Amino acid sequence: MRVKLSFDDLHKAFESRVRLGIMSALAVNEQLDFTALKDFLSVTDGNLATHIKKLEQEGFVQVKKSFIDNKPNTKYTMTKEGRTAFENHLNVMEQIIKSQK
Amino acid sequence: MNSQQDYIKDITEIRSMMERSSKFLSLSGWAGIMAGIYALTGAYVAHFVFSFKPDSATYIYYNFGDLLLLALAVLLVSLVTAILFSKKKSADKGEQIWNSVSKRLLASMAVPLSIGGVLVLFYMSNDLYGLIAPTTLIFYGLSLYNAGNFTIKEVRWMGFAQIALGLINLWFLGFGLLFWAVGFGAIHLIYGIYMHFRYER
Repeated sequence: MRVKLSFDDLHKAFESRVRLGIMSALAVNEQLDFTALKDFLSVTDGNLATHIKKLEQEGFVQVKKSFIDNKPNTKYTMTKEGRTAFENHLNVMEQIIKSQK
Repeated sequence: MNSQQDYIKDITEIRSMMERSSKFLSLSGWAGIMAGIYALTGAYVAHFVFSFKPDSATYIYYNFGDLLLLALAVLLVSLVTAILFSKKKSADKGEQIWNSVSKRLLASMAVPLSIGGVLVLFYMSNDLYGLIAPTTLIFYGLSLYNAGNFTIKEVRWMGFAQIALGLINLWFLGFGLLFWAVGFGAIHLIYGIYMHFRYER
Protein backbone atom coordinates (compact mmCIF):
# COMPACT_ATOMS: atom_id res chain seq x y z
CA MET A 1 0.00 0.00 0.00
CA ARG A 2 2.86 2.32 0.79
CA VAL A 3 4.04 1.96 -2.81
CA LYS A 4 0.62 2.86 -4.20
CA LEU A 5 0.70 6.11 -2.24
CA SER A 6 4.09 6.99 -3.68
CA PHE A 7 2.81 6.67 -7.23
CA ASP A 8 0.34 9.47 -6.52
CA ASP A 9 3.19 11.70 -5.41
CA LEU A 10 4.78 11.55 -8.86
CA HIS A 11 4.00 14.75 -10.67
CA LYS A 12 1.95 14.36 -13.85
CA ALA A 13 4.10 16.93 -15.60
CA PHE A 14 7.06 14.53 -15.47
CA GLU A 15 5.32 11.58 -17.08
CA SER A 16 6.85 12.46 -20.43
CA ARG A 17 10.48 11.63 -20.94
CA VAL A 18 11.02 14.77 -23.02
CA ARG A 19 9.79 16.94 -20.14
CA LEU A 20 11.96 15.00 -17.74
CA GLY A 21 14.89 15.61 -20.10
CA ILE A 22 14.19 19.35 -20.27
CA MET A 23 14.10 19.56 -16.48
CA SER A 24 17.32 17.52 -16.15
CA ALA A 25 19.17 19.80 -18.55
CA LEU A 26 17.86 22.94 -16.84
CA ALA A 27 18.74 21.54 -13.42
CA VAL A 28 22.45 21.70 -14.24
CA ASN A 29 22.45 24.75 -16.54
CA GLU A 30 21.64 28.27 -15.37
CA GLN A 31 19.84 28.90 -18.64
CA LEU A 32 19.54 27.25 -22.04
CA ASP A 33 18.16 28.45 -25.35
CA PHE A 34 15.75 26.58 -27.58
CA THR A 35 18.45 25.26 -29.96
CA ALA A 36 20.59 23.93 -27.13
CA LEU A 37 17.64 22.03 -25.65
CA LYS A 38 16.74 20.70 -29.07
CA ASP A 39 20.28 19.40 -29.64
CA PHE A 40 20.42 17.67 -26.26
CA LEU A 41 17.01 16.03 -26.62
CA SER A 42 17.00 15.25 -30.36
CA VAL A 43 13.34 16.20 -30.82
CA THR A 44 11.50 18.30 -33.39
CA ASP A 45 10.79 22.02 -32.87
CA GLY A 46 7.05 21.46 -32.49
CA ASN A 47 7.45 18.60 -30.06
CA LEU A 48 9.86 20.55 -27.87
CA ALA A 49 7.70 23.69 -27.94
CA THR A 50 4.64 21.75 -26.77
CA HIS A 51 6.50 20.19 -23.85
CA ILE A 52 8.07 23.49 -22.80
CA LYS A 53 4.63 25.13 -22.92
CA LYS A 54 3.31 22.52 -20.54
CA LEU A 55 6.20 23.04 -18.11
CA GLU A 56 5.73 26.80 -18.39
CA GLN A 57 2.03 26.45 -17.52
CA GLU A 58 2.97 24.43 -14.45
CA GLY A 59 5.25 27.29 -13.42
CA PHE A 60 8.32 25.05 -13.55
CA VAL A 61 10.10 26.81 -16.39
CA GLN A 62 10.55 30.53 -16.97
CA VAL A 63 10.81 31.90 -20.49
CA LYS A 64 12.91 34.94 -21.40
CA LYS A 65 12.47 36.26 -24.90
CA SER A 66 15.00 38.62 -26.43
CA PHE A 67 16.57 39.52 -29.73
CA ILE A 68 20.14 38.84 -30.79
CA ASP A 69 21.09 40.46 -34.12
CA ASN A 70 17.38 40.94 -34.85
CA LYS A 71 16.78 37.21 -34.50
CA PRO A 72 14.46 36.04 -31.74
CA ASN A 73 16.30 34.23 -28.98
CA THR A 74 14.39 32.44 -26.26
CA LYS A 75 16.10 31.39 -23.07
CA TYR A 76 14.70 29.01 -20.50
CA THR A 77 15.44 28.79 -16.82
CA MET A 78 14.13 26.53 -14.09
CA THR A 79 11.97 28.23 -11.48
CA LYS A 80 12.30 27.61 -7.76
CA GLU A 81 9.03 25.66 -7.81
CA GLY A 82 10.33 23.67 -10.76
CA ARG A 83 13.46 22.68 -8.89
CA THR A 84 11.52 21.63 -5.82
CA ALA A 85 9.06 19.60 -7.89
CA PHE A 86 11.90 17.96 -9.87
CA GLU A 87 13.86 17.04 -6.75
CA ASN A 88 10.71 15.73 -5.15
CA HIS A 89 10.01 13.63 -8.23
CA LEU A 90 13.50 12.13 -8.08
CA ASN A 91 13.09 11.27 -4.42
CA VAL A 92 9.76 9.55 -5.02
CA MET A 93 11.17 7.54 -7.93
CA GLU A 94 14.09 6.52 -5.77
CA GLN A 95 11.75 5.37 -3.01
CA ILE A 96 9.60 3.38 -5.43
CA ILE A 97 12.63 1.59 -6.80
CA LYS A 98 13.94 0.86 -3.32
CA SER A 99 10.62 -0.39 -2.03
CA GLN A 100 10.20 -2.80 -4.93
CA LYS A 101 13.65 -4.32 -4.63
CA MET B 1 1.05 2.41 -14.14
CA ASN B 2 4.75 2.46 -14.81
CA SER B 3 6.90 -0.42 -13.73
CA GLN B 4 10.06 -0.26 -11.71
CA GLN B 5 12.04 -0.80 -14.90
CA ASP B 6 10.60 2.42 -16.33
CA TYR B 7 11.72 4.43 -13.32
CA ILE B 8 15.19 2.97 -13.47
CA LYS B 9 15.33 3.94 -17.14
CA ASP B 10 14.02 7.43 -16.28
CA ILE B 11 16.76 7.91 -13.72
CA THR B 12 19.44 6.66 -16.11
CA GLU B 13 18.26 9.16 -18.71
CA ILE B 14 18.14 12.00 -16.19
CA ARG B 15 21.73 11.27 -15.16
CA SER B 16 22.89 11.08 -18.74
CA MET B 17 21.09 14.31 -19.67
CA MET B 18 22.58 16.17 -16.70
CA GLU B 19 26.05 15.05 -17.68
CA ARG B 20 25.67 15.61 -21.44
CA SER B 21 24.17 19.07 -21.00
CA SER B 22 26.83 20.31 -18.60
CA LYS B 23 30.05 18.53 -19.58
CA PHE B 24 31.86 18.22 -22.88
CA LEU B 25 32.84 14.56 -22.98
CA SER B 26 34.21 14.31 -26.49
CA LEU B 27 37.80 15.23 -25.68
CA SER B 28 40.02 12.51 -27.01
CA GLY B 29 43.06 11.03 -25.31
CA TRP B 30 44.76 10.95 -28.70
CA ALA B 31 44.53 14.75 -28.90
CA GLY B 32 46.56 14.95 -25.69
CA ILE B 33 49.11 12.42 -26.91
CA MET B 34 49.58 14.23 -30.24
CA ALA B 35 49.74 17.68 -28.57
CA GLY B 36 52.49 16.30 -26.32
CA ILE B 37 54.47 15.03 -29.30
CA TYR B 38 54.10 18.34 -31.17
CA ALA B 39 55.19 20.30 -28.10
CA LEU B 40 58.26 18.10 -27.54
CA THR B 41 59.19 18.47 -31.22
CA GLY B 42 58.69 22.23 -30.96
CA ALA B 43 60.85 22.50 -27.85
CA TYR B 44 63.56 20.41 -29.54
CA VAL B 45 63.56 22.66 -32.64
CA ALA B 46 63.57 25.83 -30.52
CA HIS B 47 66.56 24.64 -28.50
CA PHE B 48 68.72 22.83 -31.04
CA VAL B 49 67.78 24.49 -34.33
CA PHE B 50 66.86 28.03 -33.31
CA SER B 51 69.24 28.11 -30.31
CA PHE B 52 66.60 29.55 -28.00
CA LYS B 53 68.36 29.14 -24.65
CA PRO B 54 66.89 31.55 -22.09
CA ASP B 55 69.02 31.80 -18.93
CA SER B 56 67.35 34.73 -17.14
CA ALA B 57 64.26 36.94 -17.33
CA THR B 58 66.09 39.55 -19.42
CA TYR B 59 67.53 37.03 -21.88
CA ILE B 60 67.81 38.70 -25.29
CA TYR B 61 66.94 36.68 -28.39
CA TYR B 62 67.17 37.98 -31.94
CA ASN B 63 65.44 35.25 -33.91
CA PHE B 64 62.04 35.84 -32.37
CA GLY B 65 60.20 35.82 -35.71
CA ASP B 66 61.09 32.14 -36.25
CA LEU B 67 60.33 31.34 -32.64
CA LEU B 68 56.90 32.95 -32.89
CA LEU B 69 56.13 31.07 -36.11
CA LEU B 70 57.23 27.79 -34.50
CA ALA B 71 55.05 28.44 -31.45
CA LEU B 72 52.04 29.33 -33.60
CA ALA B 73 52.59 26.22 -35.76
CA VAL B 74 52.66 23.97 -32.66
CA LEU B 75 49.51 25.67 -31.35
CA LEU B 76 47.72 25.40 -34.67
CA VAL B 77 48.44 21.69 -35.34
CA SER B 78 47.55 20.86 -31.72
CA LEU B 79 44.23 22.66 -32.03
CA VAL B 80 43.39 21.14 -35.41
CA THR B 81 44.28 17.66 -34.12
CA ALA B 82 42.14 18.14 -31.00
CA ILE B 83 39.18 19.38 -33.04
CA LEU B 84 39.41 16.48 -35.53
CA PHE B 85 39.55 13.85 -32.78
CA SER B 86 36.69 15.50 -30.86
CA LYS B 87 34.65 15.75 -34.04
CA LYS B 88 35.08 12.05 -34.64
CA LYS B 89 34.27 11.19 -31.04
CA SER B 90 31.08 13.27 -30.96
CA ALA B 91 30.02 11.98 -34.39
CA ASP B 92 30.41 8.41 -33.04
CA LYS B 93 28.05 9.34 -30.22
CA GLY B 94 25.64 11.07 -32.61
CA GLU B 95 26.21 14.46 -30.99
CA GLN B 96 27.08 17.91 -32.24
CA ILE B 97 30.63 19.05 -31.48
CA TRP B 98 29.57 22.71 -31.49
CA ASN B 99 26.96 22.91 -28.75
CA SER B 100 26.26 25.07 -25.73
CA VAL B 101 28.70 23.04 -23.61
CA SER B 102 31.65 23.20 -25.98
CA LYS B 103 31.02 26.93 -26.40
CA ARG B 104 31.15 27.45 -22.66
CA LEU B 105 34.25 25.25 -22.41
CA LEU B 106 36.08 27.39 -24.97
CA ALA B 107 34.84 30.66 -23.48
CA SER B 108 36.11 29.61 -20.04
CA MET B 109 39.56 28.96 -21.53
CA ALA B 110 39.64 32.11 -23.67
CA VAL B 111 39.86 34.58 -20.79
CA PRO B 112 43.07 33.33 -19.12
CA LEU B 113 44.62 32.39 -22.48
CA SER B 114 44.17 35.84 -24.00
CA ILE B 115 45.52 37.56 -20.88
CA GLY B 116 48.58 35.28 -21.02
CA GLY B 117 48.92 36.02 -24.73
CA VAL B 118 49.03 39.78 -24.13
CA LEU B 119 51.68 39.30 -21.43
CA VAL B 120 53.82 37.23 -23.81
CA LEU B 121 53.58 39.95 -26.48
CA PHE B 122 54.67 42.47 -23.85
CA TYR B 123 57.66 40.28 -22.91
CA MET B 124 58.66 39.93 -26.55
CA SER B 125 58.62 43.67 -27.13
CA ASN B 126 60.55 44.34 -23.91
CA ASP B 127 63.24 41.65 -24.19
CA LEU B 128 61.92 39.52 -21.35
CA TYR B 129 62.13 36.23 -23.24
CA GLY B 130 63.04 34.29 -20.11
CA LEU B 131 59.56 34.85 -18.69
CA ILE B 132 57.66 33.43 -21.66
CA ALA B 133 57.88 29.75 -20.62
CA PRO B 134 56.60 30.18 -17.04
CA THR B 135 53.89 32.63 -18.14
CA THR B 136 52.51 30.34 -20.86
CA LEU B 137 52.52 27.42 -18.39
CA ILE B 138 50.70 29.41 -15.68
CA PHE B 139 48.02 30.87 -17.93
CA TYR B 140 47.47 27.65 -19.86
CA GLY B 141 47.14 25.95 -16.47
CA LEU B 142 44.55 28.52 -15.39
CA SER B 143 42.57 27.94 -18.57
CA LEU B 144 42.60 24.17 -17.95
CA TYR B 145 41.56 24.77 -14.37
CA ASN B 146 38.53 26.67 -15.68
CA ALA B 147 37.87 24.12 -18.41
CA GLY B 148 37.65 21.41 -15.74
CA ASN B 149 34.20 22.80 -14.88
CA PHE B 150 32.90 21.84 -18.30
CA THR B 151 34.59 18.53 -19.00
CA ILE B 152 36.08 15.56 -17.14
CA LYS B 153 37.62 16.49 -13.80
CA GLU B 154 41.09 15.24 -14.76
CA VAL B 155 41.53 18.37 -16.87
CA ARG B 156 41.46 20.42 -13.68
CA TRP B 157 44.31 18.33 -12.26
CA MET B 158 46.30 18.84 -15.43
CA GLY B 159 45.69 22.58 -14.92
CA PHE B 160 47.10 22.42 -11.39
CA ALA B 161 50.17 20.58 -12.66
CA GLN B 162 50.84 23.22 -15.36
CA ILE B 163 50.40 26.10 -12.89
CA ALA B 164 52.75 24.43 -10.38
CA LEU B 165 55.38 23.88 -13.06
CA GLY B 166 55.09 27.49 -14.21
CA LEU B 167 55.46 28.86 -10.70
CA ILE B 168 58.48 26.66 -9.87
CA ASN B 169 60.00 27.66 -13.20
CA LEU B 170 60.13 31.30 -11.98
CA TRP B 171 62.96 30.32 -9.62
CA PHE B 172 64.77 28.31 -12.30
CA LEU B 173 64.51 30.57 -15.34
CA GLY B 174 67.61 28.98 -16.87
CA PHE B 175 65.58 25.82 -17.44
CA GLY B 176 62.57 27.57 -19.00
CA LEU B 177 62.41 25.51 -22.16
CA LEU B 178 62.84 22.29 -20.20
CA PHE B 179 59.93 23.21 -17.91
CA TRP B 180 57.91 24.13 -20.98
CA ALA B 181 58.69 20.75 -22.59
CA VAL B 182 57.67 18.92 -19.40
CA GLY B 183 54.41 20.90 -19.13
CA PHE B 184 53.23 21.06 -22.72
CA GLY B 185 54.97 17.86 -23.78
CA ALA B 186 55.23 15.25 -21.02
CA ILE B 187 52.09 16.24 -19.07
CA HIS B 188 49.97 16.24 -22.23
CA LEU B 189 51.38 12.83 -23.14
CA ILE B 190 50.68 11.37 -19.69
CA TYR B 191 47.20 12.91 -19.62
CA GLY B 192 46.45 11.62 -23.13
CA ILE B 193 47.60 8.08 -22.39
CA TYR B 194 45.67 8.07 -19.10
CA MET B 195 42.51 9.36 -20.84
CA HIS B 196 42.84 6.81 -23.57
CA PHE B 197 43.10 3.85 -21.21
CA ARG B 198 40.57 5.18 -18.71
CA TYR B 199 37.78 6.28 -21.05
CA GLU B 200 38.40 4.96 -24.54
CA ARG B 201 38.94 1.26 -24.19
